Amino acid sequence: MISEIKKEILSRIDKELVLNKLASGRRIDGRGLFDFRRINIVPALIEKAEGSAFVSLGKTKVLAGVKVSLAHPFLDTPNQGIFVVNTEFTPVAAPTYELGPPSEFAIEVARVVDRAIRGSEMIKLEDLVVVPGELVWMINIDIYALDDDGNLIDASLISAVAALSVGFLPKVEIIDETRAKYEIIKDEKRPIPLQDMPVSFTFAKIRDHLILDPLYIEENMMSGRLTIAINTKGELCSVQKGEGGGFKLEDILLAKDVSLKKANEIRNIILEQLAKKPRGEEAWNEIRG
Amino acid sequence: MAKLVKNGVMLLDEKGLRNDGRRWDELRPIKMTTGVLERADGSAIVETGGTKVLAAVYGPREVYPKHLAVPDKAIFRVAYRMASFSVEDRKKPQPSRREIELSKVIKEAIEPAIFLEQFPRTVIDAYVLVLQADGGTRVASINAVSLALADAGIPMKGLVSAIAVGRLGNQVIVDLNDVEDKYGDSDMPIAMIPITGEITLFQMDGTMNPEIFEKCLEAAKQAISEIYKMQREVLRRKYLSIKEQVLKGDVNDIGDKKGDTKQNR
Repeated sequence: MISEIKKEILSRIDKELVLNKLASGRRIDGRGLFDFRRINIVPALIEKAEGSAFVSLGKTKVLAGVKVSLAHPFLDTPNQGIFVVNTEFTPVAAPTYELGPPSEFAIEVARVVDRAIRGSEMIKLEDLVVVPGELVWMINIDIYALDDDGNLIDASLISAVAALSVGFLPKVEIIDETRAKYEIIKDEKRPIPLQDMPVSFTFAKIRDHLILDPLYIEENMMSGRLTIAINTKGELCSVQKGEGGGFKLEDILLAKDVSLKKANEIRNIILEQLAKKPRGEEAWNEIRG
Repeated sequence: MAKLVKNGVMLLDEKGLRNDGRRWDELRPIKMTTGVLERADGSAIVETGGTKVLAAVYGPREVYPKHLAVPDKAIFRVAYRMASFSVEDRKKPQPSRREIELSKVIKEAIEPAIFLEQFPRTVIDAYVLVLQADGGTRVASINAVSLALADAGIPMKGLVSAIAVGRLGNQVIVDLNDVEDKYGDSDMPIAMIPITGEITLFQMDGTMNPEIFEKCLEAAKQAISEIYKMQREVLRRKYLSIKEQVLKGDVNDIGDKKGDTKQNR
């Protein structure tokens, strides 16, 4: 579906430029085949969110926000909290995105991000229970694409884990357990209970070349897309192949090796960026560009 | 000056200052930046205190669905949406009735300023995303879309500038924040094309006596002329930086030039 919506008509000159660079082991922005673009994170900049992060990956920009609320747990998991990942790829981000319900691509990204977080058990869902079987925290993670210069999948996961990392839960005072009467104390809060930090690596296949962290123009030329997420233990925690084209077994093994090799490096960059103190109004300078 | 307290919120203190310390006609700090997005043809962020809105403009471009095209002019569409985390309780992503109404009034506030007849059978699309809401999002959206259109190089009669005015008791106030919007007695968002003097957005809720109504209009006119000055300054700086670049002989990435301005009173 994305191939239908997202593909723009590229000029032959642009295509040839990309291919010529790839033939010499380089990318049009000067990167090597398996180089990640620069990651910049502005944590906790949205006042009304319980957690938020603005992430730029090169010129790709996304903004994730966490909102928490109390809900009834699902019947089959009475002792677990709930989290929902939602992506909004609105027309702000690219001329080919349309209004209306999320596209197949946006839903695919949300599900890949969800699986990486769920698979790595990043959020301690048991610690989100307020009254077992009755009342649990529901964490909504909404990811807005602001500018698409390729690889929204990895940018989205980075923004989600960053927003969760600075996220908090207000204190709940139970007034009447049987009738689920409670009071939320906003001023007393604790961090969202976390125990892992997944990072993902998205590869594109263009002709015979396998590249990491594709640009918008490269995505328009790719035949296949492969995402591998790695948890803190160094295990694979979510995989997704996308688009029409196929991958050879060697490609997949190579992508796995590259992902495993880079996981700690990228995770450390995220942690470093998260350590930046939120700077109020100053933080918005990053969005202003 | 009488103190005004409502629902336990001090709206006016004994000195006549508002809940955030402003005088009655004082604007919040405003920051405007154009050219913030790569992919859009034109873009702008307008920040009014805690309110932060992002606008992207595309076009003139081909109309889809095709039957909407008009033979003798371009159509102009606006979509106003709030990020789910821009408000206290999570807003569901599906457009609410409020968002649909605001999209319409924002479109109608800006449409008269654009030379649509220059681009028959095309569409100009503007998308607004409210990143953080703290009162006055519709007027901030109008200011942002107007700048984004200019940033995209779309010919207009003039910029459109907007402000919300209102009433706390007998006191007229300018640029309402979230609290004043909720607990105030009246709220009147207004947009104008200052260069022609046309009023293109005009709404009110709550009540006003005719005398206060007139005072509000006068206050709005004053504030709008300040907003207009800021918008012009942003664009002037953008083109100045392009001029400097061209004079230096560097013609790469000219479209990426940004304009910005900051006003703190």
